[in-house]
Amino acid sequence: MEQQQTYNYKVVRQFAIMTVVWGIVGMLVGVIIAAQLVWPVLNFDLPWLTFSRLRPLHTNAVIFAFGGSALFATSYYIVQRTCQTRLFCDGLASFTFWGWQVVILLAAVSLPLGLTSGKEYAELEWPIDLLIAVVWVSYAVVFFGTVVKRRVKHIYVANWFFAAFIITIAVLHIVNSAAIPVTLFKSYSAYPGAMDAMVQWWYGHNAVGFFLTAAFLGMMYYFVPKQAGRPVFSYRLSVVHFWALISLYMWAGPHHLHYTALPNWVQSTGMAFSLMLLAPSWGGMINGIMTLSGAWHKLRTDPIIRFLIVALSFYGMSTFEGPMMSIKTVNALSHYTDWTIGHVHSGALGWVAMISIGSLYVLIPVLFGKDRMYSVKLIEWHFWMSTIGVVLYIVALWIAGITQGLMWRAVNPDGTLTYSFVESLVQMYPYYFVRFLGGAIFLGGMFVMAYNVWKTAAGAKPVNAAIPQVAAH
Amino acid sequence: MTGILQGLLTLLLMALFIGIVWWAYGKKQKKHFDEAANLPFADEESARRGKQPHEGEKQ
Repeated sequence: MEQQQTYNYKVVRQFAIMTVVWGIVGMLVGVIIAAQLVWPVLNFDLPWLTFSRLRPLHTNAVIFAFGGSALFATSYYIVQRTCQTRLFCDGLASFTFWGWQVVILLAAVSLPLGLTSGKEYAELEWPIDLLIAVVWVSYAVVFFGTVVKRRVKHIYVANWFFAAFIITIAVLHIVNSAAIPVTLFKSYSAYPGAMDAMVQWWYGHNAVGFFLTAAFLGMMYYFVPKQAGRPVFSYRLSVVHFWALISLYMWAGPHHLHYTALPNWVQSTGMAFSLMLLAPSWGGMINGIMTLSGAWHKLRTDPIIRFLIVALSFYGMSTFEGPMMSIKTVNALSHYTDWTIGHVHSGALGWVAMISIGSLYVLIPVLFGKDRMYSVKLIEWHFWMSTIGVVLYIVALWIAGITQGLMWRAVNPDGTLTYSFVESLVQMYPYYFVRFLGGAIFLGGMFVMAYNVWKTAAGAKPVNAAIPQVAAH
Repeated sequence: MTGILQGLLTLLLMALFIGIVWWAYGKKQKKHFDEAANLPFADEESARRGKQPHEGEKQ
């Protein structure tokens, strides 16, 4: 009975703390592989430390361990607070935490060992895929169970974004991971050739669209209004934003396969949908930023608001860049170059990481019964380190990518290639160094955060706030 | 035949989109949405109105 009168903050706390831990681990691996590109000797000739094995470890760790934990934490928090009810089934919620941590540990062991299904962002082998499916379905049960027993009539827009994210990721993961197991550690995709490529990038781009976008927009729609102290700029726009975004994202995947064996009309469809995505993306960005309308001074005084709003600015920037890069003629220059990696990091560091960091700075004091983080000054430091880190990173890779694209396509009058691949690689050294530097500074900011979180949480009594007994509606 | 179907589907989806915009921006939803937009703050206020805060509620 007593339990039903408080929110379940325990699982939120667990995921929130692990977000910081996995953020550091995932970004550290990223910095290591960035350093390997400048100083190849850093793989020490050990197969477990080669770029090819650490790269999927980096992507899985930052997307699913860091980003995933941030989403579990914030979605569990937001769904409880906006439905004014305790999380459905504590035991199952706890299972999603421990299950997800086991998945991450299995990834951290199996990927360096070279066990991979070879599908980008879905490298984990079939036994781990099965565990992911079980954890994810449990997540859905906890989340939707909570929505069902809500004590307010309306389902707040943030929960709609989380709901779309949970359902879509379940479908994407199960369909794309369909495979024929050969041994415990080896399987082959259930789909042949070009169809396999299409399924993979239908999965891959929707992992971006629903995991890295829709879900973090859910985070945005709660924490930006919360920290700004005023409701979202336009709730109507948020409704249109939601439906337009989720119906368009689903079809953008083929832009990853321009000029391949994929039928031409599928490529063009993917490009058309990618271009249209600009509209809902910018609608959402404007809705978030304009929430601050009339309170712009908070940008000067509150570094948390700055994290959230700069994250939205990067969101706007990368959702302009993305549609542009999906245009076939632009893609002919950008594809397979480091421009793509720069674009991804403008979204991943600028949008995903910064919105998560800002949200955690709001969330963590609440979870530990404090009024604010231990040090606002350190949040300020973290903000500048993150911003400088991202800017160095993406500018370096824009230059690197365009240089590569131009050198690879240059031809002599007799039709032979002007440059060999190695000549373009040699040109990359300074940019790869700046990229390493930007990443390292961003990682440094995460250590500042870890210290700040430690000082906030240490000695504090974890709280489980009371649920208001009279529902708002 | 497929051409006609594709054309009809395009019209249908367009009508659906316009319908959603129409619904979202309609007068009827205004009050409802204003309330909904305040949900992130709703549980704090009612918590303050309630008798006594439970363990450690600081917000």
